[in-house]
Amino acid sequence: MIRRALLKAVAVPGYQVPFGSREMPLARGWGTGGIQVTAAIIGPADTLKVIDQGADDTTNAVSIRAFFAKVAEVATTTHTAEATIIQTRHRIPEAKLTEGQVLVYQVPIPEPLRFLEPRETETRKMHALEEYGLMHVKLYEDIARHGRIATTYAYPVKVEGRYVMDPSPTPKFDNPKMHMSEALQLFGAGREKRIYAVPPYTEVVSLDFEDQPFEIQHFEDPCALCGAEGVYLDEVILDDHGGHMFVCSDTDNCEDRRAHGHRGTLAGHALEAAE
Amino acid sequence: MYVAVKGGEAAILATHDLVAEARRGDAGVPEISVAQIREQQGLACARVMNEGSLYDADLAALALKQAQGDVIEAAFLMRAYRTTLPRFGSSEPVDTAQMAIRRRVSATYKDLPGGQVLGPTYDYTHRLFDFALMDEPRPASSPLGGEGWGEGRQNGEGLTETASLLSSDPAAPGHLLPHGEKESAPLDAHMPRVPDILGAEGLMEPEIAPEGDPRPFDLTREPVSFPADRDVRLQAMARGDEGFLLGLGYSVQRGFGGNHPFVGEIRVGEVSVEFIPEELGFAVDLGEITLTECQMVNQFAGSKDVPPQFTRGYGLAFGHSERKAMSMSLVDRALKAREFGEAAEYPAQQDEFVLYHSDNVEAAGFVEHLKLPHYVDFQGELELIRRIRREREARLAAEPETLPEAAE
Amino acid sequence: MTTDTLIGPGFSDPVFQSQGAFRALLAALAEPGTRQGVAGGITPPDGLHAATATALLTLADYETPIWLPSVLRDGAAGAWLRFHCGSVLVSEPGDAAFAVIDGATIDPALSAFDAGTDQFPDRSTTIIVQCAALDGGETVTLTGPGIARSRQIAPAGLRPGFWAEVAANNDAYPLGVDLLLSHGDAVLGLPRSTRIGEAL
Repeated sequence: MIRRALLKAVAVPGYQVPFGSREMPLARGWGTGGIQVTAAIIGPADTLKVIDQGADDTTNAVSIRAFFAKVAEVATTTHTAEATIIQTRHRIPEAKLTEGQVLVYQVPIPEPLRFLEPRETETRKMHALEEYGLMHVKLYEDIARHGRIATTYAYPVKVEGRYVMDPSPTPKFDNPKMHMSEALQLFGAGREKRIYAVPPYTEVVSLDFEDQPFEIQHFEDPCALCGAEGVYLDEVILDDHGGHMFVCSDTDNCEDRRAHGHRGTLAGHALEAAE
Repeated sequence: MYVAVKGGEAAILATHDLVAEARRGDAGVPEISVAQIREQQGLACARVMNEGSLYDADLAALALKQAQGDVIEAAFLMRAYRTTLPRFGSSEPVDTAQMAIRRRVSATYKDLPGGQVLGPTYDYTHRLFDFALMDEPRPASSPLGGEGWGEGRQNGEGLTETASLLSSDPAAPGHLLPHGEKESAPLDAHMPRVPDILGAEGLMEPEIAPEGDPRPFDLTREPVSFPADRDVRLQAMARGDEGFLLGLGYSVQRGFGGNHPFVGEIRVGEVSVEFIPEELGFAVDLGEITLTECQMVNQFAGSKDVPPQFTRGYGLAFGHSERKAMSMSLVDRALKAREFGEAAEYPAQQDEFVLYHSDNVEAAGFVEHLKLPHYVDFQGELELIRRIRREREARLAAEPETLPEAAE
Repeated sequence: MTTDTLIGPGFSDPVFQSQGAFRALLAALAEPGTRQGVAGGITPPDGLHAATATALLTLADYETPIWLPSVLRDGAAGAWLRFHCGSVLVSEPGDAAFAVIDGATIDPALSAFDAGTDQFPDRSTTIIVQCAALDGGETVTLTGPGIARSRQIAPAGLRPGFWAEVAANNDAYPLGVDLLLSHGDAVLGLPRSTRIGEAL
């Protein structure tokens, strides 16, 4: 039962709890783990936000939000600050999450060691023995070959000094937001039938080496719409001659900034087009 | 351009309308009915019931209609519906020895009690188009009028003739019976299962229930862990993709698994399902279901504790699903490698590999999810690859005397 | 049939009542030491606090064996749990998925319950410890996941040596039992990840 699994997940942060994942009316791989976690916790007092790639208006986010609005009759929002539950795929909102909020991640492959060792019988032993040498070897090989760690998303983290955990395919840019977050973070992998959790105020440390410290992506230009810096940006192709612009991945954050008068270099025309 | 991701809701609703339009096709052609699919596409319905893990031919037909004949999509509809059904309990085990036989063949014996019953099979059809089927429908009395097998309707004349050619005096050894209950001479009431015949001689690996005869595991309600017991493996395969199991079974035959299978028996027919309600305490007949059972007989050299004996590969499927049941029985035997102390070197012998990849609803979901937006991750890759290339160029420019490395 | 064995009703609105109770239980374990109201709107059977009964009604079913002190197991509480949860009541603490113990009673030790296995630490007992009160007792300091810096709690009516047992449970992390201290219609969570500072 998913609720029991969630309690155990919270009690052992970063450990993947097997659960009897149910068939859902949405496709496996399209967020059924996140949907089941959200369904297990959501109630009439909640306000739900759903994002995919940081955006509220991507098709799968729209589809999942409509699903809950229909079956659970809950209030929905696109504003991060108003939401009590945020279901996400591939991003953590830019705005700092606060106490009482729950961030539900849709997870495709919960096992951080999977691409190093595909057999669960083996990875389970590695977690039991806290044997994570393979992961360090992989990261080290990256450095030898590319001069840096070449993992840009689903960058592995260690939780509370014990379990190595897959943060889901969020860009590593978002990893620091997981550390000592005020919000409860729940992870649902429906097809793989695993749940894991990071309680508020829990240590989440990205793996690295002393001489190759973990670092996040930096974008050279600010958001072309709202001028934000230090946020994750999407590259939008403008033409077929190499023209492109960078805009906020977190659409709510971007809209909020523009509503407060912030303007990027292309704000005028793009904003018009969007409305 | 930024507008492209806006209006998602309207776009999604529009896809629903477009699907409905595509499903209906040319409005000048009469709409197909669920009953027509159930009666005339029975083998497709059987596959949907198997992979959808729910025995209901009407719903299978509806699923196929709604999914435009996409079997995996149809199985998905069945699964999603199945999960909403209340569960009253588990039926009693069905007894395939008591099956009302439509078809029963053994490859290990020329003749056996009850005989070889060919029944409705494509085995001896010549795969030549029957263009008569393209003509306008004819009355049901025509022998070619219906291809459905489920309602006791006979198959085409060609098949009957083929069977007749092969059959000799029904009383003689090696007789072949063309089909089941429509035959003027009724089939033998007693049709022992071939592995039971071998078992009586002590030559067949016995099927022994685990200690305490516990209720079988249900992977739709509990998470699987490995090594998986046989009940879990059989359930996963019964729900598993026919094509995946076919490929794995074939790999076993080609040496990636090293079994030497014989079809001990394939039987197709109806069995009754009984249920004991808690408040009654005795069995109530719920009705009949059609099943296909395949038992493969494989050689086993024996060990110091066990004398040489045959081992079993078991397959069971809803409806007439021979290919599925046969493939399943090959893989079932391969997955017993661990129990028999054989090396589990090949995919078909590895329970984790087979169980995690046989479910086509899961597999299709994950493969197809790749079409969801991944631009956030991709942006991370783009940024990295541009940076590594810039750094490489800078490094090469700074060291002009060093010969560039050969392409990596 | 005596009035003792009459089984009182469970949730009148299972979907919403269990959802509300579950959120409180989730918060209890995600933010150890915080007082969480688990009001299910039910009348608990004799021997169970409302929060205990509501928690079990929310979490337990036919797949989860429950251990109760024999006086509860053989009384109204046992009958109530069998009927509403469909759970098997076990006599061995180590077989239980859930357990209810009286905080003041010496037996059984926390270590008598299932602490899970190296490969499946989730397969451990969740113990509901019924207390005399959730405050007014000996003060202990908690640190660990779910706690910003540290948090103090002072539940009352716990047996001597209880906090040493809880600390020993934490030492075995990631193995260990998870505790819910219950009184009236509220609980405090003490998952195995919580570290126990000196009692003041």
